[in-house]
Amino acid sequence: MVKSIPVIPFAWYERTQRRKQSAYTQIWEILDQVKDPEIPVLSIWDLGVLCDVQHIDGKYVVSITPTYSGCPAMETIRADIAAALEAAKIQPYEILTRLSPAWTTDWLSPQGREQLQAYGIAPPAGGGCAQAQGLTPDAGIECPHCGSSNTRRISEFGSTACKALFQCQDCHEPFDYFKHL
Amino acid sequence: MSDFDLKTATQEYATRLGDDSVVLGHRLSEWTSNAPFLEEDIALSNVALDYIGRARMYYSYAAELAGNGKTEDDLAYTRDMREFRNLLIHELPRGDFAYTMVRQLFVDVFNTYYLPELAKSSDSTLAGIAQKGIKETRYHLRRSHEWALRLGDGTEESHKRMQRAIESLWGYTHELFDADPLEVQLADAGVGVHNAALRPAWLEQVSEILTEASLTVPKDDWAVRGGRIGYHTENLGHMLNDMQFLHRAYPGCQW
Repeated sequence: MVKSIPVIPFAWYERTQRRKQSAYTQIWEILDQVKDPEIPVLSIWDLGVLCDVQHIDGKYVVSITPTYSGCPAMETIRADIAAALEAAKIQPYEILTRLSPAWTTDWLSPQGREQLQAYGIAPPAGGGCAQAQGLTPDAGIECPHCGSSNTRRISEFGSTACKALFQCQDCHEPFDYFKHL
Repeated sequence: MSDFDLKTATQEYATRLGDDSVVLGHRLSEWTSNAPFLEEDIALSNVALDYIGRARMYYSYAAELAGNGKTEDDLAYTRDMREFRNLLIHELPRGDFAYTMVRQLFVDVFNTYYLPELAKSSDSTLAGIAQKGIKETRYHLRRSHEWALRLGDGTEESHKRMQRAIESLWGYTHELFDADPLEVQLADAGVGVHNAALRPAWLEQVSEILTEASLTVPKDDWAVRGGRIGYHTENLGHMLNDMQFLHRAYPGCQW
């Protein structure tokens, strides 16, 4: 059996560089406490919703981006960021929504992928050639419960826009799959 | 050309696109808790959410350009039917499941060609909104395509309903490829899209899918137009009654 060697998606590399080179380490760390309200194990950093922290015209500017156009979690995320910054006495600040470049699952952190798995949500399959268009496969997504690949897609759309619904044919558990986007 | 003001035109265009999205999003949301089975209920609600999300982005941008203190909510909830500029295909009642899926197929294929063009817009906000929509549309289209095959090539009853939906919707698809002077000028300015140029590709893909589903592509022998000048079918008023009721009855209410 050939061992596959994962390559870091370039988009993820860019994000880590932006964070590393930022002068506002403390703010990035404060924002690590802000979780996605629908998947509370994932921080907004791990999810890729947090784009940047800058200091512009005397204000700390936190930029975030929605996962899907209609993501209803954005309002809560904004409120949670505001609360975290205020608790840490970071003032004045501004929270900006950025639409471009569009969010992609390539921005999920490796840690975030592991956390999803542990939470019972299968992380998005990489952009291999089997999914040239990045759409959800009909079968074969690894079951987060028993590890079997003998699974099938039940529905293209799951409990939230970012998930599809699968069922494991071996342990019979249904599970969410975090869709590739 | 002298009376063409790019900012005002862009604001109007963003409002129109917001109207298209909110009206279709609302129609789709009417399936929530009414769909034939749970997975489909969730899927339709998810697609509705994508459209309503898009509407919010277009409206917020229109409100920002207007700079008169109005918000996305004012645009969605306090304008009357004649002020809406959505294309008519979006406002037609949801009909049966076949009707909803055929409309979705027509609109999804349209967006497959339209959004990548809008994503090239020199207006970075419109381009950004379109960019997000492209990926979502891939998921939408795969689903409406699969349903077209399953229902078109399914039972006698499902085939009959699909064909009936195609016949009753076809005349509303022409408007997707129209452009009034404002949209032409915006397209010339690199902000908008020359919609008419998208029809050959749309027709080819739709014909391919319908043929694959053993369905017949209708003749182009009738067309209904008027959405972009505020002339609507009687359906929009009823829909807005429902959609705007709460906001108008309790202005500024929060929960």
